[in-house]
Amino acid sequence: MPNNSLAERSPVVELDREPVVRFDHVTKTYDDDGVQVEAVRGVSFAVAPRRFTMIVGPSGSGKTTLLNLIGCIDRPTTGKLEVCGEDVGALGDDAITDFRARNVAFVFQSFNLFPVLTAYENVEYPLLLLGVPAGERRARSAAMLDAVGLAAYGHHRPNQLSGGQKQRVAIARALIKHPALVLADEPTANLDTQTGAEIIALMRRVQDQQAVSFVFSTHDPQLMSHADETFAIRDGRLVEARS
Amino acid sequence: MMTLKIAFRNILRNRRRSTMTLLAIAVGAIGIVLFGEFVRFVTLGLETGAVQRVGHLTVFRRGYFAFGAGNPAEFGIDDYAGVLRAIREDPVLAPRLNVATPIVSLAGIAGNFDVDASKTFLGTGVVPSERDRLSRWDEHGVSVRRAVTASGLRDDDEARGVVGVGLARVLGLCERLKIGDCPARPVAARADGAKLDGDLAGLAQEDRGPSATSNGGGAPRLDLLAATAGGAPNVVSLFVDRAEPQGVRELDENFVAMHIGLAQKLVYGRTPPKATGIVVQLRHTADLPMARDRLRALFAERHLDLEVRDFAELQPFYKQAVGMFGAIFLFIALIMSVIVLFTVVNTMGMSVMERTTEIGSARAMGVRRSGIRRLFVLEGAILGAIGATAGGVLAQLIATAVNHAGMTWMPPGQASPIPLEILTAGATGFIVRVWLALVAAATLAALIPANRGARLPVVDALRHV
Repeated sequence: MPNNSLAERSPVVELDREPVVRFDHVTKTYDDDGVQVEAVRGVSFAVAPRRFTMIVGPSGSGKTTLLNLIGCIDRPTTGKLEVCGEDVGALGDDAITDFRARNVAFVFQSFNLFPVLTAYENVEYPLLLLGVPAGERRARSAAMLDAVGLAAYGHHRPNQLSGGQKQRVAIARALIKHPALVLADEPTANLDTQTGAEIIALMRRVQDQQAVSFVFSTHDPQLMSHADETFAIRDGRLVEARS
Repeated sequence: MMTLKIAFRNILRNRRRSTMTLLAIAVGAIGIVLFGEFVRFVTLGLETGAVQRVGHLTVFRRGYFAFGAGNPAEFGIDDYAGVLRAIREDPVLAPRLNVATPIVSLAGIAGNFDVDASKTFLGTGVVPSERDRLSRWDEHGVSVRRAVTASGLRDDDEARGVVGVGLARVLGLCERLKIGDCPARPVAARADGAKLDGDLAGLAQEDRGPSATSNGGGAPRLDLLAATAGGAPNVVSLFVDRAEPQGVRELDENFVAMHIGLAQKLVYGRTPPKATGIVVQLRHTADLPMARDRLRALFAERHLDLEVRDFAELQPFYKQAVGMFGAIFLFIALIMSVIVLFTVVNTMGMSVMERTTEIGSARAMGVRRSGIRRLFVLEGAILGAIGATAGGVLAQLIATAVNHAGMTWMPPGQASPIPLEILTAGATGFIVRVWLALVAAATLAALIPANRGARLPVVDALRHV
């Protein structure tokens, strides 16, 4: 995918103890073939920084919508949403795209690696978007691949990697830019139990090292057992918050 | 750089589809380049033919162009030698000049006493050596493979002439001129046909007196009757050296070329000789507008009542043929471009659909809409560039093969088949323009699906299965 350098375009959001995400009476309504579907109904909560935060709930409860809102790839219909201290509802399309490039990273259930890029290039890609110089890019990408145990697989294309390896590459890609927030939608759903456990351990390790906030949407009890805080959603409403 | 790398790899991703797209673009390029080069050959061939016949510009006495056909002699240029000298010695024109030569156009009746046949004719009196130089003009190199024949006339022999094959046939000269595929005159036609009028025969007999300058060396003899500028009938003898096909039947059956001296004798008798026109042939056609302006200025300075006409005005067929071939080329180029356009739209449309999730991922990671658009447009441009390059190269190879195959064709207005050529020399500018046009078409075509991809909501793109 193409690169559009963000150097000088977007300020780094410095987080300390302030919530990394703050929902204030947020609703999200979809138009589904003329029928208005209220996926999120007046939700208010805050996500503390540097935690493993889980959003849990049954299918169709609205947790993926919530994750999309946090990831700034969807916008609230009403209410106010702050991510990394920024009122994201007020940002235009390019500004919010730049904001995502700088502060938010994703780990998808289906990995979503770019098939035409090697593992190394997939990891390097977010740095290209940020306009990081080539030398620094090379060093950081190699180090990150090494950190996820794939130093020897840098030149492999995604179709030459196992599911666990793909997810490791996806995690490396998410973390290489040192984002404030990593969003992971069912990151272990396509992995076997052993690989899932390894991936969780890997995420926990880098979370400790990089002091990054992880927000998960998951059904996986194994992953849920690592939660620092959990928000339970049902029918678009927050029904429980547990630390 | 990364965008370029990704674009290339995406093109290689679905090889069969990309190959088909490249093939469509290449075929489009081949079609446009080959036909364009052929049209260029035809156009330059027509231009060369016209310039060889009538030069780039012809100077007439004012009114000749509109009314001269009625009686060319009436519009003769009095001091044509002075005008010629002024043209040849003009410091602006001289270096650009190939030939400046006088001509006399005339019309009359040609008779062959041996078979009692006569026929109206359209004649031109020329300076033979200068006429031959006119015929050798080949700025664009399109006559290289054609045999350029000399006029057959000689500066030192006023009595010799050349006629059209049709005129030779009508006047019963086929056998004596050894013209192949030329039927003999039917007996009935000889008996009932155009018997020479008594007055004409009498005039001819007068002309055959001791004043005749040549006995023709055994060549068949025609008697040419025309009205002088003063309106009196006059006759001269012409020894026909050979017959030349003229392409157009009407011209072929009326054509007579002769020494300018003989033509002047016929039209102006004992009065001072004139020329009905001065043919100006330049070294390069590109100089034509400048030369025309210069001639007009020259005539204005000298208060000469002369007008200047270019070869396109004198040969309307040239304009019509060039226009027709141009229209056909435009039509073919348009069809090819539309095929390229639709092929690329289809290919890139499928590509956008297949890569919707990737688009969503890229957007989620921070790629702007413009970045998505740029990627797909670049892919279209690369497809266009590769296809057009391959097409251009293949077209040149095909053109070379055709040029070496020794094929011939009969273009409109030509009397005999000429080598079929696809003009590759000097076609670089044309090929570059075709290349740019096809790349632009492919790029524009990619813009439509690229916009669709760029506008996809990130959430919808990520949800795409």
